[in-house]
Amino acid sequence: MAAYMSAGRSENAFSTHDFVPEWAQEEVSTGTTIMAVEFDGGVVIGADSRTTTGAYIANRVTDKLTPIHDHIFCCRSGSAADTQAVADAVTYQLGFHSIELDEPPLVQTAANLFQQMCYRYREELMAGIIVAGWDKRRGGQVYTVPMGGMIVRQPMSVGGSGSSYIYGFMDSNYKPGMTKEECLHFCTQALALAMERDGSSGGVARLAAITEEGLERRVVLGHQLPKFSNT
Amino acid sequence: MSSIGTGYDLSASTFSPDGRVFQVEYAMKAVENSSTAIGIRCKDGVVFGVEKLILSKLYEQGSNKRIFNVDRHVGMAVAGLLADARSLSEVAREEASNFRSNYGHNIPLKYLSERVAMYVHAYTLYSAVRPFGCSFILGSYDQDDGPQLYMVDPSGISFGYWGCAIGKAKQAAKTEIEKLQMKDMTCRELVKEVAKIIYIVHDEVKDKAFELELSWVGEVTNGKHELVPKDIRVEAEKYAKVCTTTTSLLHGISVTWVQNNSTFKMGKKKQTLNISLLSMVK
Repeated sequence: MAAYMSAGRSENAFSTHDFVPEWAQEEVSTGTTIMAVEFDGGVVIGADSRTTTGAYIANRVTDKLTPIHDHIFCCRSGSAADTQAVADAVTYQLGFHSIELDEPPLVQTAANLFQQMCYRYREELMAGIIVAGWDKRRGGQVYTVPMGGMIVRQPMSVGGSGSSYIYGFMDSNYKPGMTKEECLHFCTQALALAMERDGSSGGVARLAAITEEGLERRVVLGHQLPKFSNT
Repeated sequence: MSSIGTGYDLSASTFSPDGRVFQVEYAMKAVENSSTAIGIRCKDGVVFGVEKLILSKLYEQGSNKRIFNVDRHVGMAVAGLLADARSLSEVAREEASNFRSNYGHNIPLKYLSERVAMYVHAYTLYSAVRPFGCSFILGSYDQDDGPQLYMVDPSGISFGYWGCAIGKAKQAAKTEIEKLQMKDMTCRELVKEVAKIIYIVHDEVKDKAFELELSWVGEVTNGKHELVPKDIRVEAEKYAKVCTTTTSLLHGISVTWVQNNSTFKMGKKKQTLNISLLSMVK
């Protein structure tokens, strides 16, 4: 019944013999698979679409790819409430900053805003976020801000409970210098593999490509996902 | 150019009938009493030059600095009341530091100068405080924006420039700056020109000794604002001294030529003058 990704949150506020079903005592979690890949000219981001409260799937068509600004997105994993709240706060701060500067914000700025909040409130939050986007100065960038509030820029990054099952696939199949279509194909495959194995990931695969021109979103429905095993 | 306020100039919170705020104008006059500072932006950096008048022989060399470091990549040259300028440099430092802490990268100079200008402007609104009596020039070099130069004056406005001058000889300095093709120059060439301009506008009669403070930031310093190294500064000063004395010498020659308008005499003078020119350059 593991909907969480981290230990240290195992105590519930309610005792087990309250008149509330166990699944309602569990926090709503985006036990998840999220990923982002850089390519020359932009980034491709992807996520599954399952939100769980315990074993119950609260939303099977969730959109975990949240816009922070015109060319900057974040992929959310962890507690649904925490990540939504942090994303809203950062969207506000970044919008304000962008207007003050009178130019589109840098992806690095957005990532740092996430990091500041996630580190300051690290004890209260359960949020693993990947910030990805395009800006004029450094092109496509991916920054990962895992739980605890670290920040590091990577050419590609995965996160969420389902990510553990696809590190091998990632390491063996990722090549630098892929085109946008190759990245999209790569992400679809990776998400399909993770969704197949991780109980907390599933539904549809949502993808988005962010470039200078703008945003292109895609959905790969359950039956269209690539199949790897014959059984 | 001085005008009497007669009652409308007692506080910064009062307009005059012809729409001026006299306190702000008086603050700008305070800047004009100070010695000159110039800043020029070239294609790969920014160079500052300050004519620092030495008021006492007892001062240690390098004291009363008029060029400040605001952040690693930002420098500030000031003119006017030095105490006001020091306090504003602290404000600028805090702004730059907070920006870096919140947003994780170097503060863009346009944003920094607007923030400090906003602060300076705030002091022109109330009668309880007086406006800052200093202007300053901010310069920076950044990988993304390249070289940038902004100036803020006591009224609290800031503009971007390719070259600007503040202080008592600002008009003369501006004329000299306009002669330069700074967009095509590198920092190394510009250092010499900046030194030359300071030497040109320095008034030997009214002010005696002065120390030339030179600083730069650009590709040549890897984006770090610092004082120009001693050997380059000495070379620049030498070039400046040669240029200014040659100019005054040439001035002298043309004057005497006009006075003694006969070929025979001119021939003799030419010989002696050539010799003295040679000894100068050596």
